[in-house]
Amino acid sequence: MTGAATYGGIAAIVITATTGDLLQARAMKEIGDLGAIRKSQGILEVTRRVLTSPWFMCGLFFMALAFFSLLVTLSWEDVSIVGPASASLTFIANAVAARLFLKERVDHRRWLAALFVAGGVALLAH
Amino acid sequence: MTFRKYLILAAVAVFASCGDICLARGMKDFGAVTAANWQQLFGVVLNPWVLTGIGLLFLFFGSYLTALSWADLTYVLPATALSYVLMALLAKLFLHEHVTLSRWLGIALVTVGVGFVASGPAVTPATLPQWDPCDSETRLSNSARGDA
Repeated sequence: MTGAATYGGIAAIVITATTGDLLQARAMKEIGDLGAIRKSQGILEVTRRVLTSPWFMCGLFFMALAFFSLLVTLSWEDVSIVGPASASLTFIANAVAARLFLKERVDHRRWLAALFVAGGVALLAH
Repeated sequence: MTFRKYLILAAVAVFASCGDICLARGMKDFGAVTAANWQQLFGVVLNPWVLTGIGLLFLFFGSYLTALSWADLTYVLPATALSYVLMALLAKLFLHEHVTLSRWLGIALVTVGVGFVASGPAVTPATLPQWDPCDSETRLSNSARGDA
């Protein structure tokens, strides 16, 4: 199965993956350096803090949606098409969304990196 | 950025690519998902390849969250993009997919992109203007300060 179903599947992966990434980046910024928390309070405290973060749980829900969209789309089309196409678009979507919603300072270097990586990943599909 | 932090970024790339390759291998056993057999999709987690893939993706997730706790999303994602290069190479070796000239070119572009972001700062506080060697304005003001 190719065509519209594959495009729809890829769009679903990009939207759910970007939302999940944003929510998780936000959760981790609120929790703080996991390495430092593990050193001072142990791995159980790290696990507790991550699992009790509402941002993290929302992010996890969207990542699960992205995962199942990926599994279904992989059954219609090769991983060498679906993987790069969805990943490539997710890089661009993430750069835009991180700037808008996480207020990350996306400088020239990061735009270039996002575009080069997205272009490279798209070429990997051929 | 310490050596340990670079090691975590490398772990993100390795676990992500190996996990995806295992999932792809497992879904090839299952075949195409259709309206008739989608209920069986829940049983696919018993496939050893899918199971291994999920295990590797758990490891990926742990290292990815750790990286996000001390670096920006727009740093972590491009910096760990070498996973796509690894995925293309593993797909060639393991799933016997063909790596064409344009895919090699893609590998080169991804590597250059990774180089761009990895050479910059991992965190950019949105509120603080940072010195950026690529930005002509800050470079000019800094050289002006040096001359004074």
